[in-house]
Amino acid sequence: MISQYLFYFLSFVSVMSALMVVFSKNPVYSVLFLILTFFSIAGHYFLLNAQFLGMVHIIVYAGAIMVLFLYVIMMLNLNKEDEPGTTTMSKIAATISGGILMLVLVAATRSVHGMESPVADSSQIGSIENLGKVLFAENGFLLPFEISSILFLASMVGAVFLSKKEIR
Amino acid sequence: MILLQSLNSSRDFLPILLMFIVAAGFVSFVMVVTQWLGPKHKSKVKADSFECGIEQIGNARSPFSIKYFLVAILFVLFDVEVIFMYPWAVNFKSLGAIGMFEMFTFIAFLLIGFFYILKKGALKWD
Repeated sequence: MISQYLFYFLSFVSVMSALMVVFSKNPVYSVLFLILTFFSIAGHYFLLNAQFLGMVHIIVYAGAIMVLFLYVIMMLNLNKEDEPGTTTMSKIAATISGGILMLVLVAATRSVHGMESPVADSSQIGSIENLGKVLFAENGFLLPFEISSILFLASMVGAVFLSKKEIR
Repeated sequence: MILLQSLNSSRDFLPILLMFIVAAGFVSFVMVVTQWLGPKHKSKVKADSFECGIEQIGNARSPFSIKYFLVAILFVLFDVEVIFMYPWAVNFKSLGAIGMFEMFTFIAFLLIGFFYILKKGALKWD
């Protein structure tokens, strides 16, 4: 029953570190806690037999995306003196929008409640080989796969367009 | 709870978990031991941030060029692209010519983006 204890441990770590992301005052600490959250979620993927997804999650999210987050934080001007104070109005707005998001999440999880577990008995269900068979099958996820390349193209153009000055 | 019944395959990852525990344990062990063993002399000069012996000026929180961010975000995009190739490469033989064509379409779109990046000079460091 080691997996069960592992599940409880990982759930505890992911929930606690996700809370720390919100509660830490220093944004760099928030990012570091977010990395911990991603690692524990990758652990959940391993428990769900999605080994490839877990590894990719560590490499892409904990490795690459978090570096981008740190870049963004370093590009923001976070000096103490010119930090904008939060007004009562913005606090109310944040509470309302956060509450609406929570409503959506609760509604979504309620509809999931009776769903069958997607985990199959085989431990190889999430291996790279099986994933590729599903991803590249003609009646599988071929169209989303090809569309994702267009998404990549759009994000490349967007990133270059937003950050590069026009060459004279 | 259905979830927990079929978790027995994660036993295969026990060595990896063990490695993580040993790594984290070693780091925390060393951190504690250095605090415990090392001599402590606290002074204002020692607590100063040191940079080549020159007295520091300005603020560490100075904004820097967006070029770094651009390179990083383009790296992430191509990084994710390569991840799609792993499941394809493992099934390369069984997918056959159709799989080849699928991946070529995927790569073609990314190549358009790549040439756009080169043409715009986004990676030029001037």
